[in-house]
Amino acid sequence: MHEVADVPVWVPLAYLIAGVCFILALRGLSSPESSRRGNRFGMIGMAIAVVTTLVTHEIGSLVEILIAIAIGGAIGFIIARRIAMTAMPQLVAAFHSLVGMAAVLVGAAAFLNPDAFGILGPDGEILDVSRVEMGLGVAIGAITFSGSVIAFLKLNGNMSGKPIILPLRHVINLGTLAVILGLIGYFTTDQSAWVFWTVTALSFLIGFLLIIPIGGADMPVVVSMLNSYSGWAAAAMGFTLQNTAMIITGALVGSSGAILSYIMCRAMNRSFISVISGGFGGETAIAGPAGASDRPWKRGSAEDAAFLMKQAEQVIIVPGYGMAVAQAQHALREMADMLKEEGVTVKYAIHPVAGRMPGHMNVLLAEASVPYDEVFELEDINSEFARSDVAFVIGANDVTNPSAKTDKSSPIYGMPVLDVEKAKTVLFVKRSMGGAGYAGVENELFFRDNTMMLLADAKKMVEDIVKSLG
Amino acid sequence: MDFISILSIFVLACFVGYYVVWSVTPALHTPLMAVTNAISSVIIVGALIAAATAGVPQAKWIGLVAVALASVNIFGGFAVTERMLAMYKKKERKG
Repeated sequence: MHEVADVPVWVPLAYLIAGVCFILALRGLSSPESSRRGNRFGMIGMAIAVVTTLVTHEIGSLVEILIAIAIGGAIGFIIARRIAMTAMPQLVAAFHSLVGMAAVLVGAAAFLNPDAFGILGPDGEILDVSRVEMGLGVAIGAITFSGSVIAFLKLNGNMSGKPIILPLRHVINLGTLAVILGLIGYFTTDQSAWVFWTVTALSFLIGFLLIIPIGGADMPVVVSMLNSYSGWAAAAMGFTLQNTAMIITGALVGSSGAILSYIMCRAMNRSFISVISGGFGGETAIAGPAGASDRPWKRGSAEDAAFLMKQAEQVIIVPGYGMAVAQAQHALREMADMLKEEGVTVKYAIHPVAGRMPGHMNVLLAEASVPYDEVFELEDINSEFARSDVAFVIGANDVTNPSAKTDKSSPIYGMPVLDVEKAKTVLFVKRSMGGAGYAGVENELFFRDNTMMLLADAKKMVEDIVKSLG
Repeated sequence: MDFISILSIFVLACFVGYYVVWSVTPALHTPLMAVTNAISSVIIVGALIAAATAGVPQAKWIGLVAVALASVNIFGGFAVTERMLAMYKKKERKG
């Protein structure tokens, strides 16, 4: 009895327009100037998709639906307004989990009421192809949900960032995945409820198992990988509903996450396989070679730093996650403004994996009103360090470690790093000499002749420098 | 629509996504994740269909929960993206 067979022609067209709006939304992000227009296109696309769905279906429960939208919308809106920019990675992870769960619920609803989704065959059974699509959609959705929950807990500090390594985990994971795929195949021959719910339950389990062994340093890859999964889940549901808006969106989101994961892996010189098989980068540092920390190093004060930077022609600031944790971005911008008043050229250098998700540092600097044309990517600024008087490293450890270029035994060997050591002086802001970066390796840079360690909380140190400059 | 037509749309959309996402500037990768997150909530279309149809009460309630979850994402995702993008400015202050 359902509308799938006799939809008016404007309906698929409307969904197509929604899909095009989503493409334009991403296209807008190619530059900061056009980005807000892009976001508006996204909103318009979503409005078209929702309204089209509402007007083309017999809505028996419009009031309930509007209440559900209002409750969800209000929660989302309030969270979006209140969230600190430093907490963006865990917010995105939490949002991914919701998309995953929504996909699971839609799949479950389609299984319970296939007639509403127009997926019943002439024999009164769910169409074979729809069973595969539903199975895949539910599985990917469930993996996205439980994986994102773990990523959220790790990023939010409710759970240790240390990898949890189970014995035989590869065997367990591959075995579970094989069983899930086998059951989805079996589902085409036997449309029993137990098959469907077992697929769902095992997928929740595998999402959990896949993310617990992954350490904190690899979180940027995990967050973008889950982004990709949430897209594929939406696409699978789009196949079930034969809905172009969902298919186009799913493909866009899926590619987006996959590309970002690739960029992150390349920036760390790690293969995707080695990231998802896990284990790299806990929060406990592996002790460096014995006695390494006994090597001589220089300690500087805020006054020294202020003096050196005042005299400089060019200063390059290298922010990392330590800056984010200390919330030092506003003080940093104030420092940069004062230096600029002294006639110093100030630039910012950002490593692609600085922070806990792709581009996180850029957002924090933007929050502190740092003009984006002073902010440079690794390949655009690396040659400039040699021409700079001061490199000011604040809370960035692994991404500035020169041993990534020379020490074949280092776990980060081969990772592209910022050439900060080429500056005349390196000012390195760090809480204490103890504790290595996320990769658990000691930074060779601390013991260089041209390095001065500024040991303090990042925000406190920058504020002291600002005082000395004034 | 037959399966092959849908598959064609999907494959072509993957290529479009590939090229469009590569053109996103790295400085906007975090807003990219936030906005893709919001638009992947187009899954709400499926949730609305489930919530709209009477007949199987469980399916309707499951659908309503899915509508609420997707709405958190739609409003939250677009709002937080808007908030981030509003912060990206060219030099507006004199150094």
